[in-house]
Amino acid sequence: MKLIQPLVQGNLASTVRTGGCGECKNSCQSACKTSCTVGNQVCQKQ
Amino acid sequence: MANWHCFKALERFFLFDVLSNSLFSVTEPVYDYLQGRPVKAADLVQIEADLAELKGRGLLSDTREIEPEIVREPLLKALCLHVSHDCNLRCRYCFAGTGPFGGKRENMSFEVGKKAIDLLLRNSGGRQQLEVDFFGGEPLLNFNVVKQLVAYGREAAGSCHKQIHFTLTTNGLALDEPVRSFLNREEIALVLSLDGRPGINDRMRGKGCYEKVVPNFLALIREREEKNYYLRGTFTAFNRDFSEDAAHLYNLGFRELSLEPVVELEGEYRLSGVYLEELKKEYERLAELYLEKRRQGAGFTFFHFEINLEHGPCLLKRLTGCGAGFDYFAVTPAGDLYPCHQFVGRSEFLMGDVFSGITRLDLRTEFGAATLYKKEGCSDCWSRFYCSGGCHANAHFINGSIYKPDQIGCELQRKRLELALALKGIEMYEK
Repeated sequence: MKLIQPLVQGNLASTVRTGGCGECKNSCQSACKTSCTVGNQVCQKQ
Repeated sequence: MANWHCFKALERFFLFDVLSNSLFSVTEPVYDYLQGRPVKAADLVQIEADLAELKGRGLLSDTREIEPEIVREPLLKALCLHVSHDCNLRCRYCFAGTGPFGGKRENMSFEVGKKAIDLLLRNSGGRQQLEVDFFGGEPLLNFNVVKQLVAYGREAAGSCHKQIHFTLTTNGLALDEPVRSFLNREEIALVLSLDGRPGINDRMRGKGCYEKVVPNFLALIREREEKNYYLRGTFTAFNRDFSEDAAHLYNLGFRELSLEPVVELEGEYRLSGVYLEELKKEYERLAELYLEKRRQGAGFTFFHFEINLEHGPCLLKRLTGCGAGFDYFAVTPAGDLYPCHQFVGRSEFLMGDVFSGITRLDLRTEFGAATLYKKEGCSDCWSRFYCSGGCHANAHFINGSIYKPDQIGCELQRKRLELALALKGIEMYEK
């Protein structure tokens, strides 16, 4: 490929089968308390 | 297209695939092509070949996701304990109405707090990692109960093979040495409230506040080896140049920052849509500062720029959001339960109490079902898996419905996410 360079290859879609354990952090509790920023949490299974 | 997002940020071009969470660096012709602009014939051939290859490798999604059926057990995960509905500051923008959330100024008793922790443990099913945040008002006005509840929570959780992670949000006025020592010894994560430059901070938080709290905060983070905290500020129309406040806080020695836009319907400090482009530019300045410090090898964390593309939360978490009103509740000093701290005092959202448990099962079902697909405009938004439909409380506060997100908040969220992706991309590129 010449014009497009992969930087990060994710696999979010596959987590629909493996996720849902409910152990990760509640999203606004630890820092902001006023916005929902789920995407910057870390999966506790990793 | 809701599946891909091609954008320019920090002088570079990027392509983000929403469904796989993959990020690409692209050239300007690719950007132009994906914006629907004409490109040279030779570039066009290469662009289409590159895109086809990425689709073939499963790194670019051709179709949008099939909305999965969301089945969740109604289990508890986190509580926000309002241990004090009183405060020793009178911040102008306080969503708690300077402490009591429209009610009376009072502290939570140990008994009520204990009942809340029992409720959490009893209704958390197989979940092992639980959370309790001490909030207010100012929680350190009821420090003895905080200490008792930490001791009780640790013991009670341990006896059922669970762990409670404690956090505490404080304005810093009462952070004397014994209090700091307790918080550090117990490894309680802290959210420290400070807005930035002295004049900016004191204009909203009260004259003399900055001078009193900064030494306390600095002593505290030094004693905990600068870990396990967020310095959390609010910016308003008075400091639309909030990257200056971030720089100021950084220069003071704070490395873990979270700056949030004020959510307000009226008042001279309200951030109306008029300021939107200016605020977006300011986030760019903040990202440049972040990049500069990171390139120097200096620690610098900004809450909204910290995204984890490889090991972030699963899709189910991203569809269901923060859990307010479903597995996360706020508890008032009297023991009443609300969907989250921002709903406290809105009587139509009273959902039960720590003595009888959650009694408004209809509301819990409604909050549980309020996934991003149910929210206005979210299904087609490229940032949907990062904000999960946004904050229920902000949506209700601004638009009167948890299903109608605050559009200014959405614009800022998308801008922050573009910058977070660009910062991540640059970091990968320079590795």
